[in-house]
Parts: sequence; C-alpha cells; structure tokens
Amino acid sequence: MHILRHVGWVKRSKTYQILMNGEFRFATPTLHLNTETCLSMLKIENLTIRFDTRYGPLTAVDNVTFEVRPGEVFGLVGESGAGKSLTGQAIIGLLDPPGYIAGGQISLEGVRIDNLAYNHLRALRGRKIGMIFQDPLTSLNPLYTIGKQLTETILTHTSVTTAEAQQQAIALLTDVGIPGAAERINQYPHQFSGGMRQRVVIALALCANPQLVIADEPTTALDVSIQAQILSLLKQMCREHGAAVILITHDMGVISQVAQRVAVMYSGRLVEIGDVRQIVKHPKHPYARGLMGSIPSLHHQVDQLTQIDGAMPRLTDIPPGCAFHPRCPECFDLCREKRPVLKKIANSHIACWLYAQEAHHAG
Amino acid sequence: MLAFIIRRLAQSLFVMFFVALVAFSMFNYVGDPVHQMVGIETSFKEREALREHLGLNDPAPVQFMRFIGHAVQGEFGLSYQHKRPVAGLFKERLPATLELSFVAALLALVVGVPMGVYTGLNRHGFLSKLFMTFSLIGISLPTFLIGILLIFIFAVILGWLPSFGRGEVITMGAWTTGLLTKSGLKALIMPSITLGLFQLTLIMRLVRSEMLEVLRTDYIKFARARGLSNRAVNFGHALKNTLVPVITITGLQIGSIIAFAIITETVFQWPGMGLMFLQAIHNVDIPIMSAYLLLVAFFFVVINLIVDLLYYVVDPRLRIDLGKANGHG
Ligand SMILES: Nc1ncnc2c1ncn2[C@@H]1O[C@H](COP(=O)(O)OP(=O)(O)O)[C@@H](O)[C@H]1O
Ligand code: SF4
Ligand SMILES: [Mg+2]
Repeated sequence: MHILRHVGWVKRSKTYQILMNGEFRFATPTLHLNTETCLSMLKIENLTIRFDTRYGPLTAVDNVTFEVRPGEVFGLVGESGAGKSLTGQAIIGLLDPPGYIAGGQISLEGVRIDNLAYNHLRALRGRKIGMIFQDPLTSLNPLYTIGKQLTETILTHTSVTTAEAQQQAIALLTDVGIPGAAERINQYPHQFSGGMRQRVVIALALCANPQLVIADEPTTALDVSIQAQILSLLKQMCREHGAAVILITHDMGVISQVAQRVAVMYSGRLVEIGDVRQIVKHPKHPYARGLMGSIPSLHHQVDQLTQIDGAMPRLTDIPPGCAFHPRCPECFDLCREKRPVLKKIANSHIACWLYAQEAHHAG
Repeated sequence: MLAFIIRRLAQSLFVMFFVALVAFSMFNYVGDPVHQMVGIETSFKEREALREHLGLNDPAPVQFMRFIGHAVQGEFGLSYQHKRPVAGLFKERLPATLELSFVAALLALVVGVPMGVYTGLNRHGFLSKLFMTFSLIGISLPTFLIGILLIFIFAVILGWLPSFGRGEVITMGAWTTGLLTKSGLKALIMPSITLGLFQLTLIMRLVRSEMLEVLRTDYIKFARARGLSNRAVNFGHALKNTLVPVITITGLQIGSIIAFAIITETVFQWPGMGLMFLQAIHNVDIPIMSAYLLLVAFFFVVINLIVDLLYYVVDPRLRIDLGKANGHG
C-alpha cells in the first residue's frame, strides 16, 4: 500500500513536470484504483500545525485526522480560534508564516500534497481544490473587473481561448444567479452588493471545476437575510460541479442545514466526527452537546438549553488531559490527567473518557 | 470626467494666481526696482521719468494685472545683473535643469520601484537587508554631501567623470541637450545620482511597505488560492494596487526634484535655473527670483494635474464615483 502510493506519487510528479514545461496544467491521474481513493478523496492524517514563538512552539492544530468523500458536504465546526481556518489553509498549502505543518500528512486521491514543490501545489489550487473566504468585500481585487478575474483563473488552468473563457465566465455568472451577466462581467467589484460579490466568489472558486471546495465561513460576513440563499447556492453549485465541500463555520445551525458529515473541533483537536443527523440529534461529546444547545432548534425539542461556561483556552495554556475539562460539566479525575483519543462508537468517532468504557466493552 | 478636469484646472489657476501675487509683491516691494536698474549718478528727475515710463506709479491692481499679462507671455523684464531679458536667460537654462530632473526622476523610478518590489517580496533575503541599509544612507545623507563625496571619489581620485558642467551639448532649435554626446552623458551621471538618490530610496521604501500591506490582503490570498502564477499575483494583482500611493508620492517628488536641483546644480556648477536662481539671490536680482518662483509653481501645478488624471486611469472606484458625482451635479 505504502509502496503503491509512493510509486503513484513519483509518476504523478513526472506528469506534472512534463506539462509544466509548456503549460501549467494538472494532469488528472487515471492509475489510482485502490479502495482508499474510492472512499475518500481527501485524507488528512495526524495533521499538526505549529507556530514557533518566543515562548516556544505553540500547537494550534493537534493531530487532526479526517477524510472527505467525493461530492459530500463535510462540516468543520467549533468556536472561533479552534484551528478550523488553519486546517483549511494547510490543505490548500496557504498557511501564513510563521505557521507551519509540523507533522502528519494530507493526501488528495491517494497522493500526498502537503510536501509538493511550489509550482505543483500552485497548479492544484483552483484546479483541484477551490477556496472561498469569509469576506466577499475584500476577496476580490478592486482594480480588476470580475470578468478579468474569472477569465484569468480559467485561462490559468485550462487551455481554452480568451473568447471561450469569456463565454464560460458569463455562463458561470448566470449560474450563480447574477442577472445580466453579459454586461455585468465588465464591472468592478465595488459595483456589486455583498451577496452578489459572494456569488462571484463562488463562481471564481468553481471556474476550473475543482473536486473540493474549502468554504471558510462563507456566509458569516453577509447580511442575515441572504445567508440562507448563499448557503443553498453554494451547496447546489458544488453538487452540479461534482465538488465536495469542506464547510468551515462556528454555527452548528449552518452545518445542520447543508452538511452530511461533521467534525467538531476544540482547541486544535477533533472531539467528535460523524453523521450530521446523528450529532445534531444525539451529540455525544459534552462540547458537541454544548454547541448543539447553542442553536435554537426547529425540528426537535431540546430538554434544556445547555450553555458552555467559560472560553476556549489560549494556545499558551491548553490544560493537560482533555483540553475541554475546565469547562466540562461531566469532568472527572481521568480527564485532568490523560488526554482522550478518538474512539469509534457506533457510527461516530469521539474523543472523551465518558465513552472509553463503552468502547472497551464493545470492543 | 470633463467636469473633473475643469475643476482641477480652476484649482490650478487659483494656485498660480496666488503665487503670482507673491512674485509680484516681491518684484515691487522688495527694494526699489528703479534703484536697481540705474547707476548712482542718475538724477532724481530721470528716476521719476523712468518710474513713470515703467508704470510704477500706477495703482497696485493695475500693475498686478500688467505683471500677469506679461508673465503669461513669458515677459519678466530685464535681469538686474545680466541686463538681459529674463525670459531669454530662462530659455537658455531651462533645458539643463529639466534634463537633469528628468534623468534623476527616471533613475529614481526605474531603480526604486523594482528594488521596492524585490524587498517587499523577499523580506528576509540578504539583498533586501542590504538595500534597506543602503536606503537609510540615501535618506539620511544630505544632498550636497553625497555630491561632494561622489566628486571626491569619481572625479578627484579616479578621474573618471567630470566634476562640473554639462559637457558638450547639442542645440536643437530652442533646446540644448547633453543626452546625445558622450561627454554630456558622462557629465549627467553624478548630478543625476545626487539629485535622484533621496527620491530613489523614498520610492523604494514606499513601494516596499505598500507591497507588504497589499500582500496581506484577502484578495491576494484569494488570487493565490485560485492557483494564479506568482508573477500574475505579485506583478498583476499586488503591484497594481500599490500604484496609487506611488503615483502620488512620485508626482510630488518630481516637483521637489526640480526645486531641489538648486543644491545639486550648485555643487556641480550645473548651468541650470537653480544655479541662476542662487546667484540671483546673492545679487537681489528680483526679476529672476520672481520668474523662478512662478516657473517652479507652474511645474508643481502641472505635475499635480497629471497625477490626478493618473489616479483616474488606475483606480476604477474613483472613476465610477466621479462619474456618478458628475451625473448628479
Ligand atoms: N501568526 C500566529 N501566531 C500565533 N498564533 C496564531 C497565529 N495565527 C493564528 N494563530 C492561532 O491559531 C489558532 C487557530 O486559528 P484559526 O484556525 O484561525 O481559528 P478558527 O477556528 O477560528 O478559524 C488561534 O488560537 C490563533 O490565535
Ligand atoms: S474527557 Fe472528560 S473533560 Fe473531556 S469532554 Fe469527556 S468528560 Fe469532559
Ligand atoms: Mg476562522
């Protein structure tokens, strides 16, 4: 298995290089038929992200493991500062220094992408993995028309003529619901409203047909009245383009609307991964329960609105044992001493000592 | 667009009018022009006749209008020292100053912008640190000292370059140029470096800090996330966004280059307007001084106008807003 993957990578990088000489294009591999690639398109194993500071290294993302399957919407949820954005940036290779990947690996279709040479990685961006940022007002270059930004991206990744790229851009803008796309394509970002700009950003992220789109809080900066529209547009567009989505948000309500699976993050660690329906209805990890308690539910009655007291610890003083223990209503001795690891319980994976016993009994 | 240009033109005219007022006051009230023009042995009567002839007894507004009328035609009277029309003197001297200023500004831009981009992109590189250190020298050393140092090294010790003058010049109609002869070009090297060094370092530091600022923005991250090449991101998206402040500062600096040419021209005995102005100050040659004042103000105003128009070309936000404003007004 390991050897297979290694060989695959070498082959792939040769394909890159040949293409790199003339045009910057990423060749889609046809050789990878192992079961791994069929089930998971993106696989993140033990990802650790650190910052080296004066006070020593700070671990912002700690041993995170999850996978994303083709075409699914995968939610990544947690309070602000949990390490969600860093995880997303690491996947697309855009971690801002001084942050760096200190361990683990990221593979796309069975090929490691966390150690690619710069130009190979660049060819992946937009073409294989698209990204959507939080603030549509600042995501677009104010000095270029949206048409220029779209065609430029299309021309970077595909070998079409400028006229064809222009046609594609207009079609794409129409698809994301911009009326009069043929005229508006020559307008500048400041001539669009926030919601319209996020539609343009979605078009930009999808214009080279990536298999995966990382959407980092795509609706947080928008007016509440249009959040739902943009969210369903994102979901629909990605389905039409066959792209999986990693939806990063702090809002469990957003996740429950559009995601199929969800990972809950706390202090840079995953605490629970599983089906959205499962976690929304029966969150197991005390932190996930707290998160669920923080959204008013329309579908089912929550016995009692659980609120989590306190705040997430700063990176400089993450408590020993379970990072959540100072805030956890069910904390016991073991939690303060030993760090729980993800264990499979029914269909979910949970990192909590409450369930270790069950796992032990079940296994 | 048209309304914008007209508004800017009106502002420019107002500035010029004000400067003209200052120049006129200097002309009329600093010393006695008649006294400057005639010898000691001239009688009082003759002086009065001359005064009447020159219109110096007319009311001040009339004199001012006449002054402006003459100034528009390039008439500034006779130089006290040279006993020749000031306009002719300036015509001879203008090419030297403009050529020097132009080469200095070009040097500052052509070297300063790429160095700024480089240091912005490779913040921690060895070369960047070298450039930054070097730029500190450029900013902190006074112009005349740089000039003297250059003369000492390249003219006195090495004997490679001439220490003064413009070299051989070629006359083309009303213009004389040193750009077409070898000695003229050699003579330009040290003065243009001396004059442009401060602006060069200023532009480099400005471009660098603007680049650093722009590279942190979301739209640059988004451009990278879309897989655009480094070249497209750095030079297409980032550099273009640094242009507005760079244009502003460069525009202002070109004005200062022309004004600061005084010092460089003195150090290198460059036969330009600045040198003439300094000599005029020594001899209280008011016509030259007021003409110089007006001319430099004129350059500043024209450059500002060009800068405003360039904004308009670079930044679509301005274009549309102005379009709207014009539509309403
Ligand atoms: N340059 C940096 N130096 C030190 N810590 C950082 C830096 N950038 C981000 N962090 C820390 O990394 C953690 C995770 O950040 P992020 O991934 O943005 O969280 P979120 O889940 O809200 O997206 C935060 O605690 C933040 O303080
Ligand atoms: S491990 Fe302990 S402290 Fe942590 S969430 Fe579970 S019960 Fe709470
Ligand atoms: Mg974030």
